[in-house]
Amino acid sequence: MGADAALLLLADSRLPAGGHAHSGGVEEAVRLGAVTGTGDLARFLRGRLATAGLVTAALAAAACELAAADDPADDPADGVELWRRLDAEADARTASPAQREAARTQGRLLLRTSRRMWPSAALDTLARAVPEGPHHPVALGAAGASAGCTPRQAALAAAYTSVTGPATAAVRLLGLDPVTVHRLLADLAPALDDAAHAACASLGDAARQGRWHALPGHSAPALDLLAEGHLTNPMKLFVS
Amino acid sequence: MTAVTARALIRTEAADGGRTRLETLRSDPPLTLRQTGPRRVHLVSTGAGPLRGDRLDLEVDVAPGTSLEVRSVGATLVLPGLADTPSVMVVRARVGAGATLHFSPEPTVLAAGCAHRLVVRLSLAEDATVFWREEIVFGRHGERPGRGHARFDATVAGRPLLRQDLLVGEEAVDGSPAVYGDARCVGSTLLAGPAWAPPAVPDVKRERRAVLGDGWAALPLAGPGVQVCALGADAVQLRERLRRGEEAAGASPASGPDGSHGTPGAETGGLDP
Repeated sequence: MGADAALLLLADSRLPAGGHAHSGGVEEAVRLGAVTGTGDLARFLRGRLATAGLVTAALAAAACELAAADDPADDPADGVELWRRLDAEADARTASPAQREAARTQGRLLLRTSRRMWPSAALDTLARAVPEGPHHPVALGAAGASAGCTPRQAALAAAYTSVTGPATAAVRLLGLDPVTVHRLLADLAPALDDAAHAACASLGDAARQGRWHALPGHSAPALDLLAEGHLTNPMKLFVS
Repeated sequence: MTAVTARALIRTEAADGGRTRLETLRSDPPLTLRQTGPRRVHLVSTGAGPLRGDRLDLEVDVAPGTSLEVRSVGATLVLPGLADTPSVMVVRARVGAGATLHFSPEPTVLAAGCAHRLVVRLSLAEDATVFWREEIVFGRHGERPGRGHARFDATVAGRPLLRQDLLVGEEAVDGSPAVYGDARCVGSTLLAGPAWAPPAVPDVKRERRAVLGDGWAALPLAGPGVQVCALGADAVQLRERLRRGEEAAGASPASGPDGSHGTPGAETGGLDP
């Protein structure tokens, strides 16, 4: 049993951690005409969830598990090394430098916010381990553990934010009907649950010893191209 | 029709005067290997497939200080078979200290009805150099693709460099503008080694900039490597885009016959931080 109310706070778009500034590739897809309406958007969101969403869910679950195992009696140097290794696993699953940068920007802000909301030794260790800012799902999982959430809840929050941010961005960019777009998100609810489930299943027992090599790495070449193209747009509304 | 199991092996060793000698070249049909140059081996498919149920293992061991080039004579056409289980192709490659591996087989075509799993485990020593190209075609002309799942794991001195899964023929990703858009092929080339290492600036993680083209990008990784990724309408366009990206990433266009590579970055300068 995890902290249900804490999960709501963590996944809320009103959490002051800068998530609203990112479109997850939607802005560039709109600029290029790859997403023009709700039909394209539905396919975009489903594909994003099955790739980047699943990967971030797995990383968040792993981070939550690692933070929950944080024991003040352990050698702090071991904790630092484990966080660096998990963050390096996130790097290896993010080929696009633009996406790594966006993930670290969001992770840094979320870590700063959550250290004030849910102070914990694990968050302090993570901040020491990755001073330039951890990948967003790593920060999300650690914040979730500090708030009392389970790895499954952290995975769900990561999967959820992987599609809600882009959906909201699309409403603004294309002037879509917000209710229609929220209907798309409602349709994705079972897939969100599945992603969180798959993320936790991928952890296995190996994760407890810091062996994260088998975590999913589902890549989306179009998202990579969109993220890099977005950087070259001087008129952009969103950071990524 | 019965499922096939095959295990083939290529192993190099350092000979006198810093030359490379093929120490072992073990074919196991349908994985048939032919030496086509002093340091070059071609995969020659003998027989159709792979088909569902087949399990093919290729092991490549590049000894320290040696260099090897692996190519294939033709595309691999993955077909449906009688068995319920997917066909599996596993390539394990170890590249030793100071060694170079160039791996660029022809594309894998996922024919309608197939179910294929491609697993690549690439482990590099600290100062090994690799050129690794992978191309997947979504079905033969005008046909819907079968199902494919490619997993790629590359490590350098045990540290993760690149871990990726590509899924093809799944409802969630096919036709998604976030994944392949309207492309019919996907490909990538990993260029890894000391020449592609990020500049060592202590305590600062400043990302290097990618080079972006039409349907391709050369993406500097967090570790010592660049991944060129590309989408294409057909195999010809895909190859053309990958080549452009490889050139932008600093792979010599002539890279190949002798397994050597040019000086990366020198002529383009495109990947400077």
